[in-house]
Amino acid sequence: MAYSEEVIDHYENPRNVGKMDDNDANVGTGMVGAPACGDVMRLQIKVSDEGVIEDAKFKTYGCGSAIASSSLITEWVKGMSLDEAANLKNTEIAEELALPPVKIHCSVLAEDAIKAAIDDYKKKQ
Amino acid sequence: MDIQQNYFAFLGVSEAFDIDLSYVSERYRDLQKQLHPDKFAHASDREQRMAVQYTAYLNEAMATLKSPLLRAQYLLTLKGIDTHSEASVSIDPAFLFEQMELRETLESAKASDDPFDVLESLSDRVEVQLRTLESAFKSAYARGDDTSLEDAAAAVRKMQFLTKLSSEIAQAEHDLDG
Repeated sequence: MAYSEEVIDHYENPRNVGKMDDNDANVGTGMVGAPACGDVMRLQIKVSDEGVIEDAKFKTYGCGSAIASSSLITEWVKGMSLDEAANLKNTEIAEELALPPVKIHCSVLAEDAIKAAIDDYKKKQ
Repeated sequence: MDIQQNYFAFLGVSEAFDIDLSYVSERYRDLQKQLHPDKFAHASDREQRMAVQYTAYLNEAMATLKSPLLRAQYLLTLKGIDTHSEASVSIDPAFLFEQMELRETLESAKASDDPFDVLESLSDRVEVQLRTLESAFKSAYARGDDTSLEDAAAAVRKMQFLTKLSSEIAQAEHDLDG
């Protein structure tokens, strides 16, 4: 199976890899996993007092498509409100990265991760 | 021989997580001999095709029963539960945090002073968890009611993460030896 150029670019030069302090009240952490392939994804957002996502970081152990999906979504959510970010759909990621059908679940994982991060942030407030 | 039978029946053992692997291997070699292409050199095309088909089924059966993870997954599919290709299920967050930590340890192992030592203790942790999950699977599966089977499936999902990690640790050890 051939990866699209977008996937390869995000895989080779992943954006926003890293970790934020989970104890920070402005940080929300989403942790998700795909049991079928054993992939694990951590996605964190830092939210300003105005409710805007200022920064996002991720760490993904998984295939190229899972890494690219999480890299792309961290780029997208920066500058978004929580509601905007919560409304992102995996299909938008899959389309942008031209994911083949067998890799669609990687984009679902990224969508689940951002939702989990937003939930975690809200719980902390 | 009958490929309508499930893998357990095909290899002559009862449908359970604990199986006599040496018996299975013996039975495997025996069936392999019976299906050897030399025995079908003068057989009809149809019989030759069947022998090939049976051999493929035999190899699949053996590979499945030999691996604890594949065996557990297969036992669940016999009960109509597919943990292998399901897309999205929620996993206990504490478990995921630990998986993340274990993978970070693996990633940093290469740069540590004693990478073999790090990999070995990591591998020990993973193996202990796998054995625990296997026994949790075994007792839940044996109870057999719907709730217990869901517990068995949850154990298998965790085994899927750990089995993948275990092979990545083995690969890292192999790379260091390289």
